[in-house]
Amino acid sequence: MNNSLLNSLWQKKEQLRHRCTQLHDTNITLAHGSGGKAMHDLITDVFVSNFDNPILWQLEDQATFDLASFLSQGDRLALTTDSYVVDPLFFPGGDIGELAVNGTVNDLAVSGAKPLYLTCSVILEEGLPVEILRRIVNSMQAAARQAGVQIVTGDTKVVHRGAADKLFINTTGIGVIPAGISISAYNIQPTDVVIVNGELGNHGTAILISRGELALETQIESDCQPLNSLVETILDVCPEIHAMRDATRGGLATVLNEFAFSSNVAIRIYEQCIPIREEVKSVCEILGLDPLYLANEGKLVVVVGRENADKVLSVMRSHPAGKNACIIGEVISSPPKIVLLKTIFGTERIVDMLVGDQLPRIC
Amino acid sequence: MKYVDEFRDPQKAEALIWQIEKLCHLLETPIKIMEVCGSHTHAIFKYGIEEILPKAIELIHGPGCPVCVMPKGRLDDAIAISQNPNVIFATFGDAMRVPGSQTTLLQAKTQGADIHTVYSPLDSLKIAKANPDKEVVFFALGFETTAPATALTILEAAAENINNFSVFCNHILVIPALQALLNHPQLQLHAFIGPGHVSTVIGTDPYQLICQQYRKPIVISGFEPLDILQSIWMLLRQLVENRCEVENQYHRLVDKAGNQTAIATMNKVFEVRENFPWRGLGQIPDSGLKIRSEYAQFDAENKFTIPNLLVADHKACQCGNILKGLVKPWECKVFGTACTPETPIGTCMVSSEGACAAYYKYNRLVRTGKNKVTT
Repeated sequence: MNNSLLNSLWQKKEQLRHRCTQLHDTNITLAHGSGGKAMHDLITDVFVSNFDNPILWQLEDQATFDLASFLSQGDRLALTTDSYVVDPLFFPGGDIGELAVNGTVNDLAVSGAKPLYLTCSVILEEGLPVEILRRIVNSMQAAARQAGVQIVTGDTKVVHRGAADKLFINTTGIGVIPAGISISAYNIQPTDVVIVNGELGNHGTAILISRGELALETQIESDCQPLNSLVETILDVCPEIHAMRDATRGGLATVLNEFAFSSNVAIRIYEQCIPIREEVKSVCEILGLDPLYLANEGKLVVVVGRENADKVLSVMRSHPAGKNACIIGEVISSPPKIVLLKTIFGTERIVDMLVGDQLPRIC
Repeated sequence: MKYVDEFRDPQKAEALIWQIEKLCHLLETPIKIMEVCGSHTHAIFKYGIEEILPKAIELIHGPGCPVCVMPKGRLDDAIAISQNPNVIFATFGDAMRVPGSQTTLLQAKTQGADIHTVYSPLDSLKIAKANPDKEVVFFALGFETTAPATALTILEAAAENINNFSVFCNHILVIPALQALLNHPQLQLHAFIGPGHVSTVIGTDPYQLICQQYRKPIVISGFEPLDILQSIWMLLRQLVENRCEVENQYHRLVDKAGNQTAIATMNKVFEVRENFPWRGLGQIPDSGLKIRSEYAQFDAENKFTIPNLLVADHKACQCGNILKGLVKPWECKVFGTACTPETPIGTCMVSSEGACAAYYKYNRLVRTGKNKVTT
């Protein structure tokens, strides 16, 4: 964005700030979605003043961008969208707001894109305490700041009590992919190596325990974190990453099955190499869950040529989001479209796609 | 993991396999061992135990997965209860996808039935207390392992005088099922890996009958890989020494007399049904539990009109023969083609403890021949 445009936007923002009134209501009512003053107060006081950036302060029906700023950073755009319905809204290690930013940032980052701008649409249930909404929006802004992105446009709807559960968020993200980066699930070759950036299953377990239905207590926190900085670090030393995904719903097993299917290869992982916390293993033992299918919100699965594995691993370990990175498996040519697990006994079994849902509403 | 990793030690497993191989040489003929319990089946596949056993040992996967032996008619009854407009139907998650004759509980839920998944029958009692204007029905299923918790819940409901709670009781008993299997003329088994969870309740004594009447060694086993390997070794040792006893490998949790409090609770609330239908195995005398008349107000079969029909198993489905160990899952015509975990025809494909689901999920690549699964 050029300087004169930026200056005029900040001036406009200052004018608007004077017009902005505070929201005094304690609970969300249908009026907050009706387009009148109550909605205006909600948007400016809760969302706009928190997300606080000149594009948003225009308060137009759309965010507008200078194309040249995109072009200077790469040669392709990446666009992604995700809706967040996690229950409960607050859980150990994060909340729905943080998740809504990091989830979309990560979906952009794993394409190699530099995430730049996000949208934020919320569906609020009548009666939701405004204080809860403020906490969540604060947390979205903190996550956006950490990830280096701006939330530049949004929408607010209020539905009758019972028509939604408290609060749902949709975020859409846009980013720029630098020239020369080509990451895709279709690029995987036999002999490639599979790396993850740390312990698996923490998010799914934290959500499950925080629902309080199981009378279990643990210290496990969600791993919710942005991965764009880690991805950038990896691509700096190795732009030739073959495939990369964040292992969210369906966990590691699902990502690997998608990889094996897309590239028509087999992937063999080694049970003893897969990092899983003892507490997560214990919860899975008690409930009959498989940690390979548990959700994560800050775990990267990287497939890279064997010749590059060491340097990728070492640079990942030097980054805070990848300090527990390790190699967990390799790509082989057959049986195609199958993921295999070598157990600690040296036997081999299939790791299949999940049928049905292990846990609902985890993100 | 404390108390778990110790039972998954690869070196100890190797030593046990070596011992098992030595005993196999002494026996000379191939041995068929049935693991009765679905949790054993699951563990055997999860850890690839069949792969490391000598070829002379064949494991037959028995009828001990309660979801797998649930007949279609009883599921139809459950679905009919759940479709009552004023009912909240509470069930363990495993039962959601089990096919009845027309539909599943999962489909009934999408069509408007108010169905909750619970982890314990006591959770369904909580739902009843929180929804006094609704009728809450708990779908009780499982062997003696889960029956005491259901009984306890009914006693609590009675003590607290909760009138909007009832139980659709489908609890089944392990010993009559084993007898029914052993009475089958085609069944050729040498020994049993006995169910560990059930035995924490009933103890090891009830199995004496099987040993004495049918001359089959039984070892009650835990569920970790080393438990199962040690149990197989103990069974082979009995066969080599020409003994026929009930032995207890799972003594860290199971004792001879069982859990007397649990048994007393169960007996207080339940009585044995004359007959109960099992999927694939037909009617088995004295194999099911029903709620005693003293607690009739908590019996959903009294409270609701249910179709109560016997529905024949699917013609193409061989679940019955698979449960008896007469047919291997991959020998069934529909295995992996029409019947998969996504679209199960038979119950053995539904629960992760079912033999077909376990083969399909973990081991389908090594099966070749006429019914080879293409992936």
